[in-house]
Order: sequence, then C-alpha cells, then structure tokens
Amino acid sequence: MASTLGNDASSAVSNPIGGDASSALELELRNVQKRYPGRREAAIPDLSLTVPAGEVCVLVGPSGSGKTTAMRLINRMIPLTGGDILLGGRSVLERQETELRREIGYVIQQVGLFPHQTVQENIATVPRLLGWPKDRIDRRVSELLELISLDPTEVGRRYPHQLSGGQRQRVGVARALAADPPLLLMDEPFGAIDPINRATLQDGFLALQEMVRKTVVFVTHDIDEAIKMGDRIAILREGGTLAQYAPPAEILERPADEFVADFVGADRALKRLGLATLADVRLPPMNGDEPVGDVPLTMSVRDALAAVLAAGGRPLRVMSSDGEVRGLATLDAIGHVFDGSSEALSEASPAGRAADEQA
Amino acid sequence: MITNFVDAFKFIFRNGQIPGQPHFTTLTYYALGTLKVTLIAMAISLVIALPLGVWLGHRHRGSFIAINIGNIGRALPSLVVLAIASAFLGIGLNEVLVALVVLAIPPIVTNAYVAIDEVDRDLVDAARGMGMTDWQVLRQVELPVAIPLLMAGVRTATLFVISTTTIAAFAGYGDSLGEVVANEASYHLYGLLGASICIAALAMAIEVGLALLQRALTPVPLRRAEALAMTDETLVPALSGV
Amino acid sequence: MNPPLLIGAGGPVIPNFGGSSHQFACEKANRLFCWDWFNHNWSTTLWPALRQHVVLVVIAVALGFAVSMGLALLAHRYRRTEQPMIAFTSFLYTIPSLAFFELLVGIPALGLSFWTAEIPLIAYTLLILFRNILAGLRNVPTEVLDSARGMGMSRRQMLLQVELPLALPAIIAGLRIATVSTVALATIAAVVDNQGLGVPIISGIDNYYFKTELIAAGVLAVLLAIAADSLLVGTKRLLTPWTRTRAV
Repeated sequence: MASTLGNDASSAVSNPIGGDASSALELELRNVQKRYPGRREAAIPDLSLTVPAGEVCVLVGPSGSGKTTAMRLINRMIPLTGGDILLGGRSVLERQETELRREIGYVIQQVGLFPHQTVQENIATVPRLLGWPKDRIDRRVSELLELISLDPTEVGRRYPHQLSGGQRQRVGVARALAADPPLLLMDEPFGAIDPINRATLQDGFLALQEMVRKTVVFVTHDIDEAIKMGDRIAILREGGTLAQYAPPAEILERPADEFVADFVGADRALKRLGLATLADVRLPPMNGDEPVGDVPLTMSVRDALAAVLAAGGRPLRVMSSDGEVRGLATLDAIGHVFDGSSEALSEASPAGRAADEQA
Repeated sequence: MITNFVDAFKFIFRNGQIPGQPHFTTLTYYALGTLKVTLIAMAISLVIALPLGVWLGHRHRGSFIAINIGNIGRALPSLVVLAIASAFLGIGLNEVLVALVVLAIPPIVTNAYVAIDEVDRDLVDAARGMGMTDWQVLRQVELPVAIPLLMAGVRTATLFVISTTTIAAFAGYGDSLGEVVANEASYHLYGLLGASICIAALAMAIEVGLALLQRALTPVPLRRAEALAMTDETLVPALSGV
Repeated sequence: MNPPLLIGAGGPVIPNFGGSSHQFACEKANRLFCWDWFNHNWSTTLWPALRQHVVLVVIAVALGFAVSMGLALLAHRYRRTEQPMIAFTSFLYTIPSLAFFELLVGIPALGLSFWTAEIPLIAYTLLILFRNILAGLRNVPTEVLDSARGMGMSRRQMLLQVELPLALPAIIAGLRIATVSTVALATIAAVVDNQGLGVPIISGIDNYYFKTELIAAGVLAVLLAIAADSLLVGTKRLLTPWTRTRAV
C-alpha cells in the first residue's frame, strides 16, 4: 500500500491545501430531533453538541444509535424534524439544500465514485458545480491527487473500476475536499477496507487532517477507530441519546456510565496505554543488566507493553530516533502508569494530566 | 370513419358473409385455421428450441450462438422467410410451417438460454451441495426460477407466428384470417377491418392465456404482479449489450 | 406506381417497371439470381426502395425513442405510472402487424399513407425502448446517487450528468433491438403504404419463376439491419468509454 497520505505532498506542494483552521467552521447541533412519521420513538430525541472548528468529532455507537442519521441531518440528506444545526453560526435550514451540500464534503462507505467519469472528472465534480474556471479546476485536481499520493498523469485518467479499493477510497476523500469545504462528513469511510489497508488509510487521513485542519464529523461503529481518529468522541446509545461527549482520554478514564464502559470495552486500560507513547512515560535509567532488545521512543506504551511481554517480561532499551538511549522500558514502569503517582507519568501527556487531576 | 368500423363489426357478426354475395368461407373457419397453424408451428418450434436453449443455458455453453441467433432472427423479415419458403417449396401448410418454425425458434432459444444461464449461481451451487443430481437441479431449481424469462420468449415467438400466419396470405396461403385482408376487392375495406379486429382479438386472447399459463407455472413465492404483464421482450440480452 | 399483387397467377411474370423493355439472358434462363437485372434495375427500383425503407425506419425509431424517453422519465419519477405504461406498451405490441396496419387504414385521415405505416412501427418500438430506458435508469448504483446528491447536485443535474449517461448501455441495447425489428417489420408496411423494401418483396413473393427481385430486396433488408446494428454498437463504444476496459 502506498505511503501515508500527507508525507509526499508536503514536500511537493509549497502551499498546504486550504491551509489554516480559519477556513474550517464550527458545527453546532442544537436540540436536534429526528422523528419518522408513524413511529412512536424518535430516532434522535434531543441531541446537542458542538464541534470546534478544525477538530475531528467521531460519532460512534451500536446500530440503531442514530449516528448515521445524525450525520445525514447535517447536510440535510434527511429532513430535520426539530432543533437546529449551525455551521459557522448560520443555520443549515436557511440555505438551499444543494447550495449547502456543495460546501460540505461528503464521503460514504461505498464511496460512490461516478463509474462513467475519470478520476479527474470525479474529483472536479463540486468545483464544476460551483462554476470554477477550468484551469483552476485542473490545478486543484492535480494538487489533490498529489496530496493523496496518486500520480496525476497516471491515475488521473483512469476510471474507478480500474482502481483498487484503497485507491478509490482516497479518491473519494480527495473529491470531498475538492472545493475546500469548511466541514467534512464521513460515514464509515474505511469500513469496507481490509484491516491492514484500513490502518494505512487512517494514518493517511490523520496526516492530511494535520495539514488541512477541517472540521470533521466521522461516523464509525468501531471504538478503536474512534479513539484513533477523534479529537472528541460522541458515544450514542440505541435510541439516539448522547451517552458521553469528550476527548478519547477522558472517555477511557472516566466513562460516564455502564453503557459507555461496556461499549469501550473491558480492556480500556490497555486502550488508554495506546494513547500515550514512551516519550510520555518517565523511564527508569539503565541499570547494569543487558537489555534484550530495543524499542523506539515513539512507540505507544501499549505496543511497548506487548514487546516487553514478548521478551518474557525482561526490560527493553528505549532509543530515541537519533540513537540516544533514554532509559528502560520495564513491566514495573508501565504497570504504574495509571496509579496516580507522578513518578511514572510525565506531565506532558493528556493521560498524565488526567491522572494528575484524579490524584 | 365510424361507418367503416360499424360495418366491420357487422361483418364479424355475420361470420364473414356479405349480404348479396355468394357464400364466403366463414371467419370461424379462418380463425380456427390461424389457430391450428399457430399451434402446430409452436409445438414444433418448442420441441426443437426449448430443449436446446435450456441445455445450452444449463451448461453455460454456446452463449455466442444462443444470443446471436436471437439477433439474427429479429433481423429476418418474416415476409422474406415466407417468400423464400414459398419460392423454393411452394405454398401449402407444410411450407408455411417451415417458415414459421424458422422464425419462432430464435426468440425461444435465446430467452431459454438466458433464463437458465442467469439463474443465481449460488442457488445452483447450494442445490448441488445438497446432493441433487444434475437433472434434479435443472428441474427443481433452474427451470422454476427461469420461467418468467423463458415464457417471455415463448410469448414473443407466439406473437411472431400469429403475425406471420396472417401475412402468409400474401404468399398464397389461404387458410388464415389473413386471406380476408389480402382480398380487398372481394371483402371491401370493412371486411379487412373486421378480419383485422379478429386477428387482434385472437392474438390477445392467446396472450392472456399464455400469461395465465406462466403464472400457473411460476412457483408461488416468485409470482409478482409483473408476471401478468402482457408481453415481455428479451430484456436481459438487451441489457448486456450483446 | 403500384405493382399488382398477383396472387396465384400462373405463368412467369418478370417485373417490368416501365422504361426499358430489354430482357436479359439470365432472366429467361431463370437462374436464381440475375445480376444483370439487378444492376439494371438498381437505380430505378431497389435503391429508391432502400432509401424509403431507411426513412421509414429512422423516423419510426426516432419518434419511438422520443416517446419512450418521455414515458420512462415519467415512470422513473412517479413509480405508480410504471405498471400502466407497461400494460399499454405491451398491449400495442400484442397486435399482430398486419392487423395493426389494416386497422389504421380504416381511419379516413390516414387511409393508405406514410403515417399509416409509421404509427404501428412507432408503437412496436415503445415496449422495448420504454423498458430498457427505465431499467437503465434504475440500475444506477444507489451509492452513486447518494454521493451525487450529497455533493449538491440538483435533481436535474443528477439526471443529466449521472443517471442518463450511466443508463446509456441499456438504452443503446434497446435501440439496437428496436431498430433491427423495425427494419424487418417495415417490409410489411408496404401493404399499406407503397414504400420501402417490402414492395419488391411482396411483388416478388408469388413469382415462382423470377426470384432475383425478391432475393435482392430481402438481402438488402437484412444488410440494412446489420448495418444499423453495427452503427449503434459503434455509437455505444464512442459514447461509453468507461465500458471499454475491464476492471482491475
């Protein structure tokens, strides 16, 4: 699978696409209600949350929790029956539907690329609808293809059926970004991809988001994906009520109720370990023993734990990227990460901060 | 205009007689004649074409022939086939039958082929996996599912045959309703109209009969309102763009 | 000029369409196909008949397509109208060709004329074209429609830019069938409108001795059908470049 989405582009393109967070807008759901006619229970009784500009909000929950419904209410693919949705302070109800949608990026699981158009034409869809001049469109399409690490000359003229699943997904994301929208909606975009490529796509998207900083609403049923991708996570219950809306670390440490705790999984302590890297842990210094192997400083604490276990519980040497020895990764050090003592966790990590608050 | 059609209906009620004229052959006779020819031609064609199409479809072989025979059949003007048959074989029931069979076989083969060929492979797979023999799979799984499309071909062929039987009058075959149409001098316009109305009515009656037959043959769970639609064309080869 | 429909007439009748009274050797020799006669009568008989036939077919298919497109777009938008439309077009299709032509002769406004032939020909194309256009539109994958709508396309834009282009293969397949069938059916139209390749075919049909005219016209009709079909296949390849390559 190709390299991560952002890395090649940042050297090739002098101006990052859509640049700053100022082009992203804040999204607010205010007492949003969706009730289908003839049904007693509302699909979404009353949902309120705010996504700060430039952040990724993941809607996650079991089926029947209304997460996709909530997303589709935002770009009015489904009509709203109560409440309001504000994008950058303006209600989406004020705008004409088609006009609104041209300003919101939309990525669905099966992608839905137009089979009868080339990759270039697909990506150019919204700019064409907006009436951009041709050369601006062409430039933009090339930019985006490079951004997603696809060769414009080679891949641009191909048809969707000539692409692999992962390539199609990336083109789908590029297409959503084409008109530089302030908001991006993504409905299980990586769900149909095999796990290995999915991880690559997720990493790629995160790198992209680092550069373009869009406001993103991302729907998934996979809590691990939610933790990985989200700046904030909104956990929805069956019946469409909000169980908890918080950053991943907080949800893992302090699940609001039993439902959230169950949903997150009994291994949430391990998941928390995944949020921090060895750089965030205060590592004991080297002692006289011979370490049995090396692990990089950038490795997540969870992976480090796995490595130590694989080494039979014996300590591993932690190396920084420039070859410096930073200390030892030991079972003991990792084991004390959450016990609230500030010896184990340096304050830099979000997990550390939360632990300090707890103490 | 109304008078023409009123006279046409009078003509029908008089069973093809015109007052003041010597006795003409009755419309009933002609209608039965048309029916007879149609039945025989369809029987022969079905015996030849159905097994062929079904077998090819079952084996998933010979798709090029099976589908293109339908295209060729469509391109053959019935008049030309009749003309060639009559030119080389003369005029008579058998010769007309040859022409009719030649015209009826293509749609039956093509539709039977496609109908069986396109039965969901998973269904067939499951059936085989349960231990059904080849023959059982065909009879109990493929054929029932294929009925709608297969019958569509039969119905199309039947319409062709009825149509061509009447046209055969122009080639000299006189024992069908077309004979009236070919003789305006004797029957006048209203006679032609009357015969035409009979032809149309006969065709529709047969169509409805075949539609009911199709419904009876379709397994109950697969019956939908569509099955009662009057005629189906070979839609699937059309969609595959062959 | 109306060549007499001689039914059951005896004796060799060699079509003489006025003008030349020249008799070719092969005519008398009564071989299967007389090239000399063919060449001589091409411009006076066969070529005009072919031209008329093409006109008959093109107009029938063009108008049939226009009507079917309208009906299909309606049925696409308002699902309830589909069944009645199928019933109607099927009904028309069921009327045997000869009967249909003759029934229209009974309408004084038409009598024996060009449109008496055209209307049934148009009617016969409706069923296949209507069904294929509708099926083509319906077969557009739902995720493609969803993403098109989500990106902000209006209904009209979706129809013109996404649905119709994707329906093209089915539409053209339907046009092929309709055209080929119409070429064949138009030969019968000669019965009510003295035009097209049906004329030489009918006049030659009961001529036991001289078959050239019949064979020539018949072959021309089949060749015309094949040519039209190939033309449409070529058009399809031109208009649907995305179907040219296989999936990866």
